[in-house]
Amino acid sequence: MELTAIIAQLVFFVVAVLTLAAAFLTVLVRNVFHAALALVGTFFGVAAIYLMLEAEFLAIVQVLIYIGAIAVLILFAVMLTRGMMQSQESGTNKQWAWAALAIAVLFLGLFILILQVPWVHSGTAVYTDTTPYLGTELLTTYLLPFEVVSVLLLAALIGAFIIARE
Amino acid sequence: MILQIPLVYYLILAAALFCIGLFGALSRRNAIAVLMGIELMLNAVNINLVAFWRYGSPDPIADQAGVVFALFVITLAAAEAAVGLALVIAIYRSRDTVNVEEIDLLKW
Repeated sequence: MELTAIIAQLVFFVVAVLTLAAAFLTVLVRNVFHAALALVGTFFGVAAIYLMLEAEFLAIVQVLIYIGAIAVLILFAVMLTRGMMQSQESGTNKQWAWAALAIAVLFLGLFILILQVPWVHSGTAVYTDTTPYLGTELLTTYLLPFEVVSVLLLAALIGAFIIARE
Repeated sequence: MILQIPLVYYLILAAALFCIGLFGALSRRNAIAVLMGIELMLNAVNINLVAFWRYGSPDPIADQAGVVFALFVITLAAAEAAVGLALVIAIYRSRDTVNVEEIDLLKW
């Protein structure tokens, strides 16, 4: 294996381990505020994965939407519902052991399945700026889904406003 | 750089992230932590979509289907987070708790 391949895989492993560690912290830490901060770390790791997949626009969107909007929204919700999570009771419910067992089986099944399927690599590795192509596709081929998802987002935001209003 | 990392690596990373998120959604007591688990699962699915687009499409530059799909998923995740957190805040106002074990009004 040549040197560049070794470096690429090393970078991938570092990013993957950091992402998974942050994800583990998100679901295991008892304090919900700390869990939300670990969630931000996971989002950054996923943005780095997008960059490695040469989807640079998606990486920027991930940082802007997930970290800039969703994570801040979650932090606000944690602060608005604070006070009751200061208690010493555990952060997990009674079924956590069963859930862990079922999920371990699920992951093992997925792992074996992924390793057995002969995946085809047909992508070419020529770098160009793909964002203009993405914009063209969004406003030609995917124009109707684009408009529908805009209306859905508007409806969801108005609904959220009405639900959360006093 | 792109083809020097096998597709399998991305798929296993996404599977692991999905399983961690599922564990969070199933085992946490706090409703906001459950929503965080759902966000992790949506992120894992997005990694899969982008990886399949990059490795599977014959012309990933002109054919942006995977990125478009991932963008729609991010939009839906934003909508889901807004409505879900609004529901959590509304429940906290009326019942003074965000513990999903105590929110059992509709349970049989």
